[in-house]
Amino acid sequence: MIDELDLSSWLVVAGVALSLASGLISLSSPRRAAALLVIGCGAAIAGSVLAIAGWTSELDAPWDVPGGRLRVGVDALSAMFVLPIALVSALGSIYAVEYWADGAGARKLRAFYGVLTAGLLLLVVSRNGILFLFAWELMAVAAFITITTEDDRAEVRDVGYVYLLATRIGTLCLFATFALLAAGSNGSLDFDTWRPALHGPLRDAIFVTALVGFGLKAGMMPLHVWLPGAHANAPSHVSAQMSGVMIKVGIYGVARITSLCDQPPVWWGITLVVIGVVSGVLGVGFAIGQHDLKRLLAYHSVENIGIIALGLGVALLGRALGRDDLVVLGMAGALLHVWNHGLFKSLLFFSAGSVVHATGTREIDRLGGLWRKMPKTGFGFLVGAVAICGLPPLNGLISELFVYLGLFRATSGTPGTVWLVAMLAAASLALVGALALACFVKAFGSVFLGAPRSPDGADAHDPGRTMLAPIFVLAALCAAIGVGAPLVAPALDAAIASWAGPRVAPLDVYAPLLTLAAVSGGLLVVLAMWIKYAARPAKQDVPTWDCGYAAPSARMQYTSSSFADMVVRLFAWALRPTRHAPHFTEPFPQHASFESHVPDTVLDRGVRPVFGVIGRAVGRLRPFQGGRLHVYLVYILATLLVLLLWR
Amino acid sequence: MEVTTYIHFAIHVALVIALPPLLLGVINKTKARFAGRVGPPWLQAYYDLFKLRRKGLVLSTTTTWVFRAGPIVALVTALAASLLLPLAGHRAPVAFDGDFVVFAYLLGLGRFFTIAAALDTGSAFEGMGAAREATFSCLAEPAVFFGLLVLAKASDSLSLSEMLGPSISATWGTAGAPLVAILASFLIVLLAENSRIPFDDPNTHLELTMVHEVMVLDHGGPLLGTVVYGAAIKLFLFAALVVGIAAPLGAIDPWLAWPAFVGAMLAVAVLIGVVESVMARLRLPQIPALLLAACLMSAFGVLLLVR
Repeated sequence: MIDELDLSSWLVVAGVALSLASGLISLSSPRRAAALLVIGCGAAIAGSVLAIAGWTSELDAPWDVPGGRLRVGVDALSAMFVLPIALVSALGSIYAVEYWADGAGARKLRAFYGVLTAGLLLLVVSRNGILFLFAWELMAVAAFITITTEDDRAEVRDVGYVYLLATRIGTLCLFATFALLAAGSNGSLDFDTWRPALHGPLRDAIFVTALVGFGLKAGMMPLHVWLPGAHANAPSHVSAQMSGVMIKVGIYGVARITSLCDQPPVWWGITLVVIGVVSGVLGVGFAIGQHDLKRLLAYHSVENIGIIALGLGVALLGRALGRDDLVVLGMAGALLHVWNHGLFKSLLFFSAGSVVHATGTREIDRLGGLWRKMPKTGFGFLVGAVAICGLPPLNGLISELFVYLGLFRATSGTPGTVWLVAMLAAASLALVGALALACFVKAFGSVFLGAPRSPDGADAHDPGRTMLAPIFVLAALCAAIGVGAPLVAPALDAAIASWAGPRVAPLDVYAPLLTLAAVSGGLLVVLAMWIKYAARPAKQDVPTWDCGYAAPSARMQYTSSSFADMVVRLFAWALRPTRHAPHFTEPFPQHASFESHVPDTVLDRGVRPVFGVIGRAVGRLRPFQGGRLHVYLVYILATLLVLLLWR
Repeated sequence: MEVTTYIHFAIHVALVIALPPLLLGVINKTKARFAGRVGPPWLQAYYDLFKLRRKGLVLSTTTTWVFRAGPIVALVTALAASLLLPLAGHRAPVAFDGDFVVFAYLLGLGRFFTIAAALDTGSAFEGMGAAREATFSCLAEPAVFFGLLVLAKASDSLSLSEMLGPSISATWGTAGAPLVAILASFLIVLLAENSRIPFDDPNTHLELTMVHEVMVLDHGGPLLGTVVYGAAIKLFLFAALVVGIAAPLGAIDPWLAWPAFVGAMLAVAVLIGVVESVMARLRLPQIPALLLAACLMSAFGVLLLVR
């Protein structure tokens, strides 16, 4: 009965419609807009849960756009992406009620937040190339407008243009991908007809263009150039949505296209593993050098996309070599990490947003000691930090465990290149884990612990209920997936099956993990109680000892930059940090200052110079783009006439 | 499961709880003998722990509960990790595919909270130690995982209990060279992760040059006791990892394996004492180079294995 009603698809479509509507209604009331978006996302979540439970469905209607059909379908793979998109977007809209109540461009922001959500939801359920591109552009343009909410700041406009350029290039690559797919399968643009294209001579070209197009969106290194600036400068709930879920549609795209190929060449998998290693190591390397809290989080998205790419790569290798164990472990790791990263990265951005909201600065070196003033926000950030480092007992460990197992398995019984790459990737993942730990303990410690480094946070306090609720929900979910991992196993099974045919995820790792969590949880409680009650009562009335120095001041603390300095020096070959150190010539030093920062090597040393040259070269074409609408209409008319004559 | 399995588990847990402070005693005794001193009693570390337990706790006004959580989490994670590591060739109480990842990441959780507790004091010295600890462990981690790759490939399994189980004696016959390589690498990591000479000097009087010891300057009383005990257990774990590779005790009688294991652990402690007596501390900038050497050694191990 439910099958005939196509309930799961209708629910997701309703989610798309309600999200769009929330964008319109938001012009009148922020609370009503949030309520509508939450209802819409609730419907989408219900639809995707149904799909994971087995009630997959597809809707199909004609559309008068050439090659286009209004085809949407919800299978387990789409549902795996609909769930986090709907959840994070809904929580973001609740968060925004207080966070961006009437800041600059609040109405515009609310309107396009709804459009962005609708675009994302529609994107992952589209089953037709034209509809997909339509949703893609909806998302891309809405994201541009939300990023540039504070467009009175030059920095925001700059990152907005970088983003716009990146997303245009990505779309161009996708045009090429879809054209190649259509060329390889009798001109059809429906997803389910594309199988022949991925088994024909064009498949390598399809893979490369898709990887560039989707990789630009996902922020795979070195295509990440737009990501750090955009995520840092957008309003925090938009950063959460972009970092938590929007970049994942790039992963969805790669997964969807590769799912159509039964026997991919080995180098596809190797390419993804290599991209994963590069994004992982350099993503976290750049992150640790940042002074801006939100920029630091943004670079960690690059790192986590790298971990997801590692999982996808292992799964593709498994498919290429006919190794089911690799398919299952790689895909389970990648998909679960899509969820996990969605959860803990939004959690971190919401917490960071509260910090920015309360103190008015994103500079880590101006913060400190915030735990005393905003303990609830601090707790949220701590949970997110532990989770993103992949530490037990939270969710990050489970997905990284799958990826590790996949990589370790790939080192035996595989051809030479594969085990070599897998071996290096496994060790790199260990490096990434340790660096992420260094980075997040630095961020957490510098912002929330110690003493305040500047008067910025003097009157900071925890935000209100609507901002704290999303933080607590996400923290609870991180813990729930960490401890209750077996509960998500059916979803992973279903999604892996829809990607590669029926497989079963390995579940034998969960029971021992629970034993371990129970034992250590018990020990922790006993010891904490002992310190608190059984030991002699604690006195807390002296300053930090500081090796006998009687009057330590907050300015003597280790800053986050000094904490990171050793790692930054180790990675100086890639990070290219700039330092302005004073040069002393006289015996008694005069006034001096020290400054260091880590610019984005790819953007500032690669992309900007190249595009500068291109910009100067094409400057002569400027007269054709005079900014007059009727001239542009003439261009379009002329193009159409030429095309008609040419046919 | 049989009753004997549970008895072995009980011995495992008892050893993890009781033995670690003795290792510190053996190291100090060895160093004292090298210096021509009598040295503190063998059981000095136990006396210290009992003394610290009775002391009062003084906290800085800057600190929050994270400061108190640091030592506790470090101790609990070390104890939890000990349940995953096979001792004396017996299966560990908790064993599953991928337990080596959980082992490493549990110790990571302990490190996270130790560093956070250090930053909580707002002291420049402790921040310095924290930064060093974080940086050095970044270099030690790949060395450990390369080594685990060798063990996993040699034993064709993904669980520590299998990797260091009975199959290791067969591996010594077929692939001795890789094992020697990772053994050397693990010894270096042992010294680095447990802040021994040449990486760190636990007895130096200059806070500016310390790593681990400077992070816990502000911990006192029961909290300091927790720190010392947790660090001793961590030393025990790394020593047991080295013993697990070097001494394939799975091949001998399961009951005789226990005393042999204790003997091997004490031998590792003597070895650490000897290293500390005959070497000087490295300069800080040289430490990353030595750790990279450990990584490369492990990587050579992998290459030798699959050649």
